[in-house]
Amino acid sequence: MLFGIYSLVSASLFVILDAVDVAFTEASVGAGVSTVFMLGTLALTTSREKTPAAHKPLLPLLVVTITGLALVYGTWDIPPYGDPANPIHHHLVQRFIEDSPQEIGIPNVVTSVLASYRGYDTLGETTVVFTAAIGVLVLVGGARRRRSRKDEPK
Amino acid sequence: MKRYTIPRLGTKLLLPLILLFALYVQFHGDYGPGGGFQAGVIFGAGFILYALIYGLDHAHRLMPLWLLRIGISLGVLIYASVGLVGLLLGGNYLDYGVLDHHDPAHGQHLGILLVELGVGITVSAVMVTIFYAFAGRGR
Amino acid sequence: MQILGHYNYWIFIILMMCGFYVVISSGNLVKKLVGLNIFQTSVFILYISMGKIIGGTAPIVINQPVVYSNPMPHVLILTAIVVGIATTSLGLALVVRIHEAYGTIEEDEIHAQNEEEAL
Repeated sequence: MLFGIYSLVSASLFVILDAVDVAFTEASVGAGVSTVFMLGTLALTTSREKTPAAHKPLLPLLVVTITGLALVYGTWDIPPYGDPANPIHHHLVQRFIEDSPQEIGIPNVVTSVLASYRGYDTLGETTVVFTAAIGVLVLVGGARRRRSRKDEPK
Repeated sequence: MKRYTIPRLGTKLLLPLILLFALYVQFHGDYGPGGGFQAGVIFGAGFILYALIYGLDHAHRLMPLWLLRIGISLGVLIYASVGLVGLLLGGNYLDYGVLDHHDPAHGQHLGILLVELGVGITVSAVMVTIFYAFAGRGR
Repeated sequence: MQILGHYNYWIFIILMMCGFYVVISSGNLVKKLVGLNIFQTSVFILYISMGKIIGGTAPIVINQPVVYSNPMPHVLILTAIVVGIATTSLGLALVVRIHEAYGTIEEDEIHAQNEEEAL
């Protein structure tokens, strides 16, 4: 349930960052479908978590802190947020925004890039979704439910 | 869920609107935010809501499994064959400009509409199929 | 100004490290997947925030001289979200099968059962 709220919040963040299409997707996928799948899995398995005793939390915390600090060090060379002079805004994008209404004839640049300029990429993505569905069908598609090899440990 | 009147009635009221909104998102994606991916997920979510409230058997009657399996592969097939039509008409693969000889922009528009339709069909069928797989496992 | 200009990257790093921590510290497989999802969202936020131009608007062309934000990251992330849910559900399906085979979704218990069988 918290996960759905998290998705909704990140969707509103995407609206602030001008990515309306992405916000739309995140809201419908994250808040709608993925929460249902998560809850479905928890219902099929178990919602109780064993109290963690095997690992000490200190070692992962150390690893995470070191990695995070290294990444923060890396940000010093990245151009600042929201500056129109950033290199990402100068390669190919200007041409898409200026020419795509004439070439494609539709105003939504995201759609025209998605379906036409990057058509191969989207075909690949659709195939990945297709393959994932086949995988899920192979794994849990059958309605039969085999019992576990051993009885569930109490 | 048989005894709960309010969710059942609410679903009945909401479901047509959800499906209509999905179709709007699908075909208005050229002009506003939206497109095949979003529309597919919303369409799938509508059926998932129906299956959650009314039970899996009713949902199977509404959207049978064989139809979904056809839908999953049909979407990818539409996408790939639109590209192939462009190839046969003398253009490049996935080049929609040749679909209309008089006005390449119109051809591009048509191609994008068809391709997005393919994406929408696949994504919605995949979402419902995954839900069926998980829900059918629990019984 | 120069220092504050990087705060979006720091938010992304904090989120990513939260996800990373969950993945490496928790033994519960469902929890690992949740951590992986948070990790994924942080990458989405990194991409989208790169494409933002201050004072820009959503990249839907209207006949007025306005600044548009960069549409390229939007396209990449749009498809990545849908692929992400598809692959996550594949992972969840694997977890369901593991639970059916072993009766548990805790990593160390699965290892213990494997070693018992090997003996």
